[in-house]
Amino acid sequence: MPKVTIDGKTIEVPQGTTILQAARMIGAEVTPPAMCYYTSLKTSGGYCRTCIVKVSKMSEANPNPIPKPVASCRTNVEEGMEVLNYTSPEIVEARKGVVEFLLANHPLDCPICDQAGECHLQDLSYDHGSDDTRYEFERRKFKKIDLGPFIQLHMTRCILCYRCVKVADQLTDERVHGVLNRGEVSEISTYITKAIENDFSGNMIDVCPVGALTDKTFRFKSRVWFTNPVSAHRDCKKCCGKVTLWYKGDEVLRVTGRKDKWGEVEEFICNECRFEKKQTLDWEIEGPTAIDRHSVISANHYEKIVEPSLFKLNDIKPFED
Amino acid sequence: MGKKLLTEHFGVQGIQQLQVYKQHGGYASLEKALKKTPDEIVNEVMTSGLRGRGGAGFPTGRKWSFIDKKSGKPRYLVCNADESEPGTFKDRYLMEVNPHLLIEGMIISSFALGAHLSYIYIRGELLYVYHILEKAIAEAYEAGYLGKNILGTGYDLELYCHPGGGAYICGEETALIESLEGKRGNPRIKPPFPAISGLYNNPTVVNNVESIATVPAIIAMGGEEYAKIGIGHSKGTKLISACGHIKKPGIYEIELGLPVEEFIYSDEYCGGIRGGRKLKAVVAGGSSVPILPAELILKTEKGEPRLMSYESLSDGGFTSGTMLGSGGFIVMDETTSIVKNLFNFTRFYHHESCGQCSPCREGTAWMEKILHRILHGHGTLKDVDLLWTLQKNIDGKTICPLGDAAAWPVASAIRHFRSEFEDFVQHPEKHLDVKHYFNQIEKKELA
Repeated sequence: MPKVTIDGKTIEVPQGTTILQAARMIGAEVTPPAMCYYTSLKTSGGYCRTCIVKVSKMSEANPNPIPKPVASCRTNVEEGMEVLNYTSPEIVEARKGVVEFLLANHPLDCPICDQAGECHLQDLSYDHGSDDTRYEFERRKFKKIDLGPFIQLHMTRCILCYRCVKVADQLTDERVHGVLNRGEVSEISTYITKAIENDFSGNMIDVCPVGALTDKTFRFKSRVWFTNPVSAHRDCKKCCGKVTLWYKGDEVLRVTGRKDKWGEVEEFICNECRFEKKQTLDWEIEGPTAIDRHSVISANHYEKIVEPSLFKLNDIKPFED
Repeated sequence: MGKKLLTEHFGVQGIQQLQVYKQHGGYASLEKALKKTPDEIVNEVMTSGLRGRGGAGFPTGRKWSFIDKKSGKPRYLVCNADESEPGTFKDRYLMEVNPHLLIEGMIISSFALGAHLSYIYIRGELLYVYHILEKAIAEAYEAGYLGKNILGTGYDLELYCHPGGGAYICGEETALIESLEGKRGNPRIKPPFPAISGLYNNPTVVNNVESIATVPAIIAMGGEEYAKIGIGHSKGTKLISACGHIKKPGIYEIELGLPVEEFIYSDEYCGGIRGGRKLKAVVAGGSSVPILPAELILKTEKGEPRLMSYESLSDGGFTSGTMLGSGGFIVMDETTSIVKNLFNFTRFYHHESCGQCSPCREGTAWMEKILHRILHGHGTLKDVDLLWTLQKNIDGKTICPLGDAAAWPVASAIRHFRSEFEDFVQHPEKHLDVKHYFNQIEKKELA
């Protein structure tokens, strides 16, 4: 089992673990952000370059550093590896540059975007970006595309993380979804805008880090931070049936997969659970979902449940870092 | 007069035909090589000190020795003929004039690697060269140099020529492999390297045309003899495609170690600057390597004469040096505008970026837009600084070397010609061809 040191913290991890996974095992304080990597999708990662880290010592056998920053999501740890993330000013600066590139052509239409509040790009730019843009040119625009009855594709917001392409490749049978064109004008598309009719296509919405793929049954119904997440399950023949219901009052506005604290779906769910079961009667309720994420979405939620006896008035904060 | 190994028979009438090629000593190296063991050939290439001619300059023999022979998987040799770097046109010429030299090299190299299936991946725009190669391959099959049981030795090899779609990115070895597999030509994330998992997830070696075409010569004269040509760690001869403001643009085979000054000014090679003008700058190895001003290309920072070799050209690192690269030698005289030239290069990299990773996808487009603005007289001094930070944010942060290739010309142009950029944004009227601009508008209005 190789030992790896990230920002001065050492951990022993199984062979074949990536630097990013090792960092997640240590804790959020050393974990680089990841926009395109998705644990459950094979060959994902390496595209967005936000997770770059500096390897200051390759291994015990080869103590030389790697001259260029590496993508931590696609680099395996080695015995005695030393990695610098937030302790390297060079990396912090480089990541700022990457965030700037990701935002260069992003429309920043958060006020009218359904993803706002649970958007990874929002979190990323708050945490790692600069507060000003230097991009003074017209941003690229695409027409909205309907991908079947449930999903809307808004390419303008896309950061080309390829996660939805991997979902289409790995979860569904017939591949109808991919990337067209190249370079700056490349776009996610279905084969001649063919509708995606597949039982697991809805997971593309869950894996999308931005508001490029949105749930048509939920669009413009509510801001996410006004809805309350509740864990629930049902017997489903196609999938695990474990979901999060998002309530506003008595009404279930949407159903999503359950996400962990890195914003990744624990188990993928089918379209029947996601789009057709929107009654409380369809589900067995488990209880409120705690959102352990530093983001707007955790505002007014159950992220910290305090015992009534320990309750102090001063403890009430909108949300904690 | 330097030694000619690759271009020796370029003047011979009908050298594309197998018969003529054989009359001039063709396929003799192959017969010699097939009597050796594959390991002997690898050692021969290793002692020759041949370095990859595609740009990176990695020793070919060492690359061959990395190939995974233990796993028992089939091994492949792929020839990278996707030559699309602006300023580089040596491989096209080599394949066009002497296709059998490449084919002979392919057979010897495949034998050395134990490959029974090899590919030549040729750039899509070079379709006429593809037809020349196809014809030559058919001739070689007929003569028994390809196919089953080559020359009665029991060695089998199938050789295919595959034209690409004409994307620069497919010259990157992993993108080339993806494209050859029939997928979108996106570079893969390394590791694993192709020597372990390449084409169809099997061990693969990707070599440049010129590297492979040099192998017959190495076998014919022996690795040690070949290593006597050249200087330092730069062995042998190299094709240089010279273009720009010189009297005699074209392909020249030089012995590595030739002084740059002699190469530009002697009548044997470029013949000096056109119109007797002054030399301003040189891009020594294809558009992606750093541009150097006249005083730094002729002499290094220490005052030593600069030579055409891997070490001498990279002397001084990127602050005062450049790279031999693929050998695309672009000479610019005093009338050239570095800003306009840089815009041209950056536009190319923007167009050819595959769009996979964000720094290259967004950065190359952004740099082009800024240069476009400067070029139309709307630039500010801040734009020059912004260009500098953008190239820094791209360099080394991308999946494949295309990001670096886009960043280096920008970095070097600003490093060595900053005053020209500043002059351009402060006094654009001096640099803009206003008359030409209005003529174009008039033409548009008339049409």
